[in-house]
Amino acid sequence: MTAQTDAAAPPAGPVPSAAALHNDPRFRELRRRFRWFVFPVTAIFLAWYLLYVLLCAYARDFMAHKVAGNVNVALVFGLGQFAATFLTAWIYSRFAARRLDPLSAQLRAQAAGAPAARSTDPMAGAAA
Amino acid sequence: MTDHKTLTVALFTVFIVATLAITVVAGRRTRSAADFYAGGRSFSPLQNGVAIGGDYMSAASFLGIAGILALSGYDGFLYSIGFLVAWIVALLLVAEPLRNSGRFTMADAISERLRSPQVRVAAGISTIVVSIFYLLAQMVGAASVISLLLGVSSDASRIWTIVAVGALMIFYVTVGGMKGTTWVQIVKAVLLMIGACVMTVWVLAKFDFDISHLLGAAADQSGKGDGFLQPGLKYGATDGWSRLDLISLGIALVLGTAALPHILVRFYTVPDAKAARKSVNWAIGIIGSFYLMTLVIGFGAAALVGSKAIKTADPSGNTAATRLAEHLGGGPGSNGGAVMLAFIAAVAFATILAVVAGLTLASSSSFAHDLYAGVFRRGRTTDAGEVRVAKIAAIVIGAVAIALSVFARELNVAFLVALAFAIAASANLPAIVFSLFWRRFTKTGAIAGVFGGLISAIVVVALSPIVWGGASSTKPAVTLTAAQADKCGVPAASTSVGNATALVSCTKVAPIPLENPGLISIPVGFVCAAAGTWLSSRRRTDEDDVAFEELEVRSLTGVGAH
Repeated sequence: MTAQTDAAAPPAGPVPSAAALHNDPRFRELRRRFRWFVFPVTAIFLAWYLLYVLLCAYARDFMAHKVAGNVNVALVFGLGQFAATFLTAWIYSRFAARRLDPLSAQLRAQAAGAPAARSTDPMAGAAA
Repeated sequence: MTDHKTLTVALFTVFIVATLAITVVAGRRTRSAADFYAGGRSFSPLQNGVAIGGDYMSAASFLGIAGILALSGYDGFLYSIGFLVAWIVALLLVAEPLRNSGRFTMADAISERLRSPQVRVAAGISTIVVSIFYLLAQMVGAASVISLLLGVSSDASRIWTIVAVGALMIFYVTVGGMKGTTWVQIVKAVLLMIGACVMTVWVLAKFDFDISHLLGAAADQSGKGDGFLQPGLKYGATDGWSRLDLISLGIALVLGTAALPHILVRFYTVPDAKAARKSVNWAIGIIGSFYLMTLVIGFGAAALVGSKAIKTADPSGNTAATRLAEHLGGGPGSNGGAVMLAFIAAVAFATILAVVAGLTLASSSSFAHDLYAGVFRRGRTTDAGEVRVAKIAAIVIGAVAIALSVFARELNVAFLVALAFAIAASANLPAIVFSLFWRRFTKTGAIAGVFGGLISAIVVVALSPIVWGGASSTKPAVTLTAAQADKCGVPAASTSVGNATALVSCTKVAPIPLENPGLISIPVGFVCAAAGTWLSSRRRTDEDDVAFEELEVRSLTGVGAH
């Protein structure tokens, strides 16, 4: 355990072949998939939230409009934020499990020295 | 009426004894630094998701949001939404990369690739400032809430409440470490969800599960009509600044969550990034359903108890949930009412204790791991030495928080929660996001971003109506009670006071009319981080590129993660 004491230095878990992994086409693909999903989805999601906040601040007549009984646009829009949150979390998790996890498992297996490619054991080479 | 107090005290005692026992057992199983800081990284996604909910759903969000909903209607919903949607930022951008690249603290993840003790100090300071502001708000709030719940109002009882809460949180952290604290969060979150569920179903049943009927009754009983169901009662002034204040609050809530240190450290308690993702999903489900239930509880309190009765009991509405519980059980004086009141009061008490323990743990961990081990000792410590310092730090930070809370017990410190979110979003988020995703980011940029965001948020609040309460077009003059007029040193008929609880002066007009600093300080934080990076870009070396590539590999694949 004494190896884990240097807090300011690079952590104890070695990255034996970081440069090699970084140049691996599978890593490039993993990074591309991650960025092409996460950045636009975050932006769209925040825009949807900002639209809601702006409507609350500047379009109060619109928000006050009644939809059904005492349920008005403001309430529906608010519940829409909940729905968007649940939906985005579900879509991302499905995407990550199908498109990201297999690639990162392969790369971890490679780093651990296991025969590359076919190993999909998610724990291979992970934090010990 | 004494029977419900006896029962409340009995339930408080049961909770305290149970959590102390859990803490002692967890403490026996805490040996290494990873056990103390990160619960041995052995929690399951479900356990950690529930604990995240426990850390996040403070008394402010249970009693406070229910109170705002009951008194100001729809505007309370704005808080719930901001608190929930923020989790998408945490899920998509922060949780997994942070789990892979850090070890014990938020500063670990930021300084990992920059390899700079100065960055670690900056992030450590920011961690401690955010946690202590949040802690103060919780402890001062706890004093008044527990006094209300127990029906005692003397000054001495408030001081003793603060001391007792502080002593318990120090015990949880020093004895139980992250394992003990996590179990306290889990117990609390389960109690809170049960309490909220019971009340929600009960309220809905009273209205035959007809939401529209509930809304109509709430609007009628509030005395404010349809306006109660629309945005604008709390943020109602029509001038430009108060609308900007609403936007400022919304942005700080949504960007602050993903950078709150006591939340971020929870990602280290699971084995890997995939487990961190799953725990955030559990947390989103739990927190989302909780805030949907507070909507029913808040409107139910307005409809069944009435806004006026709630306001008479406590002007800020903190007793809305407990009054509703009493009403549901059969009303004041009935046995059912006493049982429900005591149960919900005990849930609120559990909530307060668990949140303050999480905050104390995050700040003392950062002190020991970032400032003491990482910088003072340059890493020349042992695990055991570091944990010993963390425990001492928890005692010192707890004692300081107790002293400050006793000192501030008469002040209106609710703004500190919003300020903590704003500082997290302004100081921590730029450093976290740029460090994870921006190749050219430098240590100068990180330090400039952290201090730029931190200082600008505090300066904006220091120039705001929270500190300077003079009446203006944004802060219209309020009707003063005799006590308030006396405190402000003005005649009771004075029209120069816009905020009677202002910290420095009730009559001087604030230079910046925003109560929520985020709209100014978040851009300042990001601009400082970017400007610092550009100004220092010529000093970047090939080693910096290698460090960034290592971080990319580590954060995306988990290779070399702890």
